[in-house]
Amino acid sequence: MSLSVHIKKTAGDFQLTIDLEHPDGVTGILGASGCGKSMTLKCIAGILRPDEGRIVLNGRVLYDSEKKINLKPQERNVGYLFQNYALFPNMNVEQNILCGLSKEKDRSVRRTKMEEMLEVMELSACRKLFPHQLSGGQQQRCALARMLVSEPELLLLDEPFSALDSYLREQLQTQVRTILERFGKDVLMVSHSRDEVYYLCSQVAVMHQGRILNHGKTKEVFADPKSRTAAILTGCKNIADAYKTGEFEVYVPDWGIHLQTKVPVGDTVCAVGLRAHYFNPKARENVYPVVYSNEREDPFELRLLFRYAGQKDGTPDIWWRMPKDRRPESMPEQLGIAPTNVLLLYPE
Amino acid sequence: MDWYPLINSLRIALFSSVIVFFTGIFAAYYIAKLPRAIKGVLDVVLTLPMVLPPTVCGYFLLILLGPKRPLGILLSQFGIQFAMTWYGGIVASAVVAFPLMYRTARGAFESFDKNLKYSGQTLGLSNTYIFWRIQMPACKQGILAGMILAFARALGEYGATSMLIGYVPGRTATISTTVYQLWRTNDEAGAFFWVMVNLAISTVVLLVVNMLERKNGKAGAK
Repeated sequence: MSLSVHIKKTAGDFQLTIDLEHPDGVTGILGASGCGKSMTLKCIAGILRPDEGRIVLNGRVLYDSEKKINLKPQERNVGYLFQNYALFPNMNVEQNILCGLSKEKDRSVRRTKMEEMLEVMELSACRKLFPHQLSGGQQQRCALARMLVSEPELLLLDEPFSALDSYLREQLQTQVRTILERFGKDVLMVSHSRDEVYYLCSQVAVMHQGRILNHGKTKEVFADPKSRTAAILTGCKNIADAYKTGEFEVYVPDWGIHLQTKVPVGDTVCAVGLRAHYFNPKARENVYPVVYSNEREDPFELRLLFRYAGQKDGTPDIWWRMPKDRRPESMPEQLGIAPTNVLLLYPE
Repeated sequence: MDWYPLINSLRIALFSSVIVFFTGIFAAYYIAKLPRAIKGVLDVVLTLPMVLPPTVCGYFLLILLGPKRPLGILLSQFGIQFAMTWYGGIVASAVVAFPLMYRTARGAFESFDKNLKYSGQTLGLSNTYIFWRIQMPACKQGILAGMILAFARALGEYGATSMLIGYVPGRTATISTTVYQLWRTNDEAGAFFWVMVNLAISTVVLLVVNMLERKNGKAGAK
């Protein structure tokens, strides 16, 4: 299984330039709204036409501007799950699922496949209901069922959880993960939620302003986002400009501190990121005096805002997050951070 | 009692609404896909009959279809003549009612969730199936409203009709032309009678519209 996408498309001022090789498994495209994530999926599905380039799925050319190949969405065998699920409002669950079986000519085969799918997706009880009578979770399962029953080679999921209430979201993420594992399909999913991507995707591509910044194994990208945008998208709260002062050392002028790093510092380093969970009062390295400025209590977490003693005025406070029960008895006067946890960020 | 004007009005309105149903939907569907400049021009041309005085539309129809004009001569080779015949009324009413159908259908199509169409395509459904089985049902209300408006407009058409087919009792007379003719000839009672007939039909049409809306409203709120 492989998907290779090399396309360009201009829409007004916006320019999309995608070079993506998707080996197999679940790849997440992580990006802020308006970065071109959905546009990319629509180009792959054949809903939008790129200006130039090539899209190849499992050796089958879906689009090639030079050879003038542009398969219709109907011929691509690519499933698309829309953000709002796009269930047909005038059809009940059964009829919606049957729409995914239009290629199957034999009526009894169609019925059997539909029955199987209803069973697997736990939709048997609501088979005669119309989309507006379904809960958010049922709607999502119905849309997944309709798509999976057409046996696509690749699934495209466009912000699959954003239409749901937050308490439902996590529950359904677990469910979708089970479904995706069960069907073993290759998936390209776009999302602006790092939690979703981290949980569901084995690979992640970080996208910004129409381009893919970096692409790799999810855990590696989160551990080393490499660029400022990727650091922000993967949830890094403390980012400041920095420059190299030694083989394993950078200076951060805004914070007035030097930081030791685990990996050698590249010459082009432009910023550092410190994740809010990684500060440690007991650390022996990168220890500097701090002044607490504020604190914010969340249901299960505590956010302490502090400033380094030599921090420049007008720069944002630094976040330190911890579970509530780990709140120190007395506030440590200095905080350190392990060199492994200093993210080195380079120009995009 | 001569019921000819009623029958004639009803058949003209029915036939022209059927024509307008298909042409209006066709135009709304295809024009929405055209480049903006062409769309703007066509939109103006197709909406003009709604804002022009119907007599002006009738004038243009006579210029186009009159028995001495090239198209009129050509059509008469096949035994078709739109001037001064009852079925000419269909053409006149259709032209005047067309923009009502076209504009409401276009509005309905524009508010249609494109994702429904796209998801149908990725599922392998043909564009024809998507149009008739998904898009049309979703736009049902708007299209129905346009259809009823067009029917009502066609039923009440006077200006273009009187220009193109005139008033010949028992041959081209419609309710509206009859009312005018009877009034003009001082037959006040006759005119009043046809006015009441017209009122009755219009009331029934409006009642039906309201009933349909209530039914749809219930279905939507479920």
